[in-house]
Amino acid sequence: MEDILKRIRQNEIFVADGAMGTMLMKRGLKPGTPPESFNITHPEILENIAKLYLDAGAEIIQTNTFGASPLKLSFYSLESQTEEINRNAVFAVKKIVNKNAYISGSCGPSGKLLKPYGDTGTEIIYNSFKKQINALISAGVNIICAETMTDLTEITLAVKAAKSISSSIPVMATMTFDPTPKGFYTIMGVNIEKAAKGLEDAGADIIGSNCGNGIENMVKIAKKFKEVSKLPIIIQSNAGVPEIKNGKTLYPETPDFMAEKAKELVSIGVSIIGGCCGTTPEHIRAIREMVDRMKQ
Amino acid sequence: MDILRKISEALQNGNNEKVTMLTKKAVEENISPKEILDKGLIEGMNIIGDKYKNHIIFLPDVLLAAKAMYGGIALLKPMFIEGNMPSAGKVVIGTVQGDLHDIGKNLVGIMLKGAGFEVIDLGNNVPPEKFVRTVKKENASIVGMSTLLTTTMPVMRDVVNLIKKENLEDSIKIIVGGAPVSAEFAREIGADAYSYDSANAVETVKALIAEKDEGKEYKVKSGE
Repeated sequence: MEDILKRIRQNEIFVADGAMGTMLMKRGLKPGTPPESFNITHPEILENIAKLYLDAGAEIIQTNTFGASPLKLSFYSLESQTEEINRNAVFAVKKIVNKNAYISGSCGPSGKLLKPYGDTGTEIIYNSFKKQINALISAGVNIICAETMTDLTEITLAVKAAKSISSSIPVMATMTFDPTPKGFYTIMGVNIEKAAKGLEDAGADIIGSNCGNGIENMVKIAKKFKEVSKLPIIIQSNAGVPEIKNGKTLYPETPDFMAEKAKELVSIGVSIIGGCCGTTPEHIRAIREMVDRMKQ
Repeated sequence: MDILRKISEALQNGNNEKVTMLTKKAVEENISPKEILDKGLIEGMNIIGDKYKNHIIFLPDVLLAAKAMYGGIALLKPMFIEGNMPSAGKVVIGTVQGDLHDIGKNLVGIMLKGAGFEVIDLGNNVPPEKFVRTVKKENASIVGMSTLLTTTMPVMRDVVNLIKKENLEDSIKIIVGGAPVSAEFAREIGADAYSYDSANAVETVKALIAEKDEGKEYKVKSGE
């Protein structure tokens, strides 16, 4: 497949897939079970979800490996299966995707806090990411995506780990910001300017934000990224902040609402638009249609 | 007193060694442990809590200040007669069964300790029976539960029901929190209160204890 970075430089806009975790819950993921356990027990469900997003028009499909670093898997005593868990996730997407979409290897936080405020050293976290990313790249992902990060040091470790394994693989790096009276900050105190600079210095190719507090905030976040960086931008928004109604979790933003707001993301110059928690293939289809309309 | 102000400042700067050094010095100067605790350590942690609440500082600063506070408390603890460490109340906290997220819960623990509460932290993935067993054993007055996952929210209801089943609802107040939790949900499952962040958790626990002492019902806050 043609290098996605080259296509982005030619001003192409890409639609990425939506949520994984909330889709797995609807398909029987039990409370307290790590989503990555499905990579071993139910790869066919991963294939189904990949197909739904591909059919909805996503051109970037993420692997179900958000928590598949050995450090994070160790919370569930699954770290010895790191390679298998990552490989199976890539193979499931590969079965569905036939050169018509990029496979992006998802890489989430380690679940540990770095020294000095936490108890884990940088080399431990770096090696953990390296092991996971090595498995993802060996299995054939086209992109690495370090996501939902709040600690700048931690995400730069993931970016550097990816680049140490393959200097040519495109690396996307996204952080999760909350609105404060002083602007957007991660819970660890990283603002967008610092994030953009740190991620760029670490060697990330595409930067931006995922998860968060709804797509309207994402429009503001994207604007700020555009102001402070020349790198291509990716935005993968939650379908709003979840509400509980009669014991059920509901994400308030509809496909139409998100697609309408995604128009603004396109106008700002965002290169990749996808979804995070609570988004469904319907959301992605609506965003796809909007992007296609705007192209005309 | 100057040295107490210095302890508070060193704590706010997250300077663990300096807090320990100054606490030792204050003890040598014959300042009472209670005063060192209240006007040095807790005072500093209160300021940290306020700054965190107002987004002036962020999580790493709070965690560093907490480490410094624990260093000071460890020095003072043996100086109080067994079990006589001054306490604003005893709180049992934990992330409910099935959920391993604990940053928010840890922060609540830090803030409660910083406000002078005795905190028994059961960690994460805590089964309902363990909450109830610990509350009974420790004779605690508050149980605080956290969850980040929507899928584990029902476990909070199980804990509430178990507390009722054991006829403990008059002696134990229940407070819940976590990203998907709301005041509405707290009311629905029969918890006594909801809090939306760690600073608010301290205020709410204080209010629960005050209301409990007066034998009044504490109403779940709404709209937050």
